Amino acid sequence: MINLAVRDILHNWGKFIFTGIGLGLLIGVTLTMAGVYRGLVDDGRVLIDTSGADLWVVQQDTLGPYAEPSSVPDDLWRSVRTIPGVAQAANVTYLTMQVRKEDEDVRVMVAGIAAGGPGTPGWPPHLVAGRQITRSHYEAVADIATGFRLGDRLKIRRNHYTVVGLTRRMVSSSGDPMVFIPLKDAQEAQFLKDNDAILMQRRRTRANPTFSFPGKPDLPDAIITLQTANNYVNAILIRIRPEFTLEEVAEPIRRWKRLTVYDRVQMEDILVGKLIATSAEQIGLFLIILAIVSAAIVAFIIYTLTMDKIREIAVLKLIGTRNRTIAGMILQQSLMLGVIGFVVGKISATFAAPLFPKYVLLIPIDSMLGFLAVLVICILSSIVAIRMALKIDPAEAIG
Amino acid sequence: MSNRGIRIENLSKRFGKGEAAVFALKNVNMQVAPGEVVGLIGPSGSGKSTLLKCLGAVIDPTSGRTTLDNETIFDNGWKLRDLRALRRDKIGFVFQAPYLIPFLDATDNVALLPMLAGVSDDEARKRALELLAALDVQHRARAMPAQLSGGEQQRVAIARGLVNRPPVILADEPTAPLDSQRALAVIRILNTMARQFETAIIVVTHDEKIIPTFKRIYHIRDGVTHEEAGEGRSTDSPSH
Repeated sequence: MINLAVRDILHNWGKFIFTGIGLGLLIGVTLTMAGVYRGLVDDGRVLIDTSGADLWVVQQDTLGPYAEPSSVPDDLWRSVRTIPGVAQAANVTYLTMQVRKEDEDVRVMVAGIAAGGPGTPGWPPHLVAGRQITRSHYEAVADIATGFRLGDRLKIRRNHYTVVGLTRRMVSSSGDPMVFIPLKDAQEAQFLKDNDAILMQRRRTRANPTFSFPGKPDLPDAIITLQTANNYVNAILIRIRPEFTLEEVAEPIRRWKRLTVYDRVQMEDILVGKLIATSAEQIGLFLIILAIVSAAIVAFIIYTLTMDKIREIAVLKLIGTRNRTIAGMILQQSLMLGVIGFVVGKISATFAAPLFPKYVLLIPIDSMLGFLAVLVICILSSIVAIRMALKIDPAEAIG
Repeated sequence: MSNRGIRIENLSKRFGKGEAAVFALKNVNMQVAPGEVVGLIGPSGSGKSTLLKCLGAVIDPTSGRTTLDNETIFDNGWKLRDLRALRRDKIGFVFQAPYLIPFLDATDNVALLPMLAGVSDDEARKRALELLAALDVQHRARAMPAQLSGGEQQRVAIARGLVNRPPVILADEPTAPLDSQRALAVIRILNTMARQFETAIIVVTHDEKIIPTFKRIYHIRDGVTHEEAGEGRSTDSPSH
């Protein structure tokens, strides 16, 4: 039996292909939007996975260190380290900032990592070039997405750092590439003021009568030192011993240290469920709108193609063609349009994804769901045209 | 009286109800024997198309009885259940315009009907090619309708009407778009096919060139038919 749908498409292939390409670009945008959402989620998960931590110890009643500011004393890690079940504990400080790269700024998340070595929580787990930080100051490991190369000099505040290692896919929850520097440098950078501000602060402190005690001339200097020093970190990352459960380690820290402790699941919930929730809703709404627009376009195209064939359909009905054959022809055309559109959309999304400044993650399950959604949309969109075709009176062929 | 061919008894068709009712056909009687080609002539609005639609099982008559090839399709309100299959298997249509399916070539336009009836693709195409050869358009078998001339399109349309070897063919102004020579050729083809396949053919026409070729003619005016013998000799009695 002749496949009427295929024959019609082959006859009008130009119209069909161009319509399919137009629809495909729309589907491509839809798939890319889904990829943007997946990228956001993946960025959050990558941050958690690459931190190497099982538990995050943060300031009490905060959602730190990624979703909210958190400060814990930088010597607290020693007592945390003594709690049963803690295998490793390391301070970490995060600050998102613009880093000077030659004549331009690069937005990065600077991570201050505690002294240690590869495998210490907070350290980049793998390098693609160079080496890990071995000096206590002015060395950096940068994500390759920053654009830095080995040996490059980058400027954070007023200090210069030499890039000694490059890593890959180390990003913040908002997708900014990371730069790792020694913890002390990061602590300093967090609250480092410019020279004029420091001089002004010293003048104000010395002039403050509260700090002028007779016989204690060094008191203002001691206060100034305290003001300029930063003895806090954002979080303590903990790796636990395998024989302990997360809760067995977290519970004493919460009780005795008056701190908040999150495990990976809770941290993922904070990052994915809270930090990017609004973005996810926004993208979700976009996806719904794009799906509706796609459905409207497919419905309009199929309806128009069917309207163009009223006389032929009347003839087909007159000569005894079954209604289901005519409905099948329209449905097949709608589905073929969807398939062409999906193929074009998938290809365009695949090629467009790397061009986006933030990570776009196209995963097979999204493509499969997208394909099923396209098929459902095409089936629903063809209903109007099928209803119209079935209403065509075969008498129209006679005149 | 034989029920083979076409037999219409007291066929009426009313459109509308009450005071707005209009009778398009009034107690029409008609009989066309197998192998016979009959002309149906009348001015615009006389009821030709309505009669053709009733015979083609496209619209239901209000009353009367219609029999096609020994099968009653309408009988005073009763109608055959599967009219679609009846149209496919027992009625061939030839229209004023060929109305070929634009995305099928000449062969497949003709072969589609037997395929719809369940004939294998190869057999359907074989039958189509035989008919196209009989109608002298086999050299255009692979051409798309847009590539065919008006005459070629009409011959392909005739082939489509004949391919299932229906006992009845309804032709609506089949020669309207053709010149005299081609119009007469089409009528010759219909006559040949009628004799060859024992087909009863009704040709609705305005075409003065072909009217003399019919042995019997039905005139229709205001929904009423009168039968007339060929070669200008009219019967005295109306057909109802």
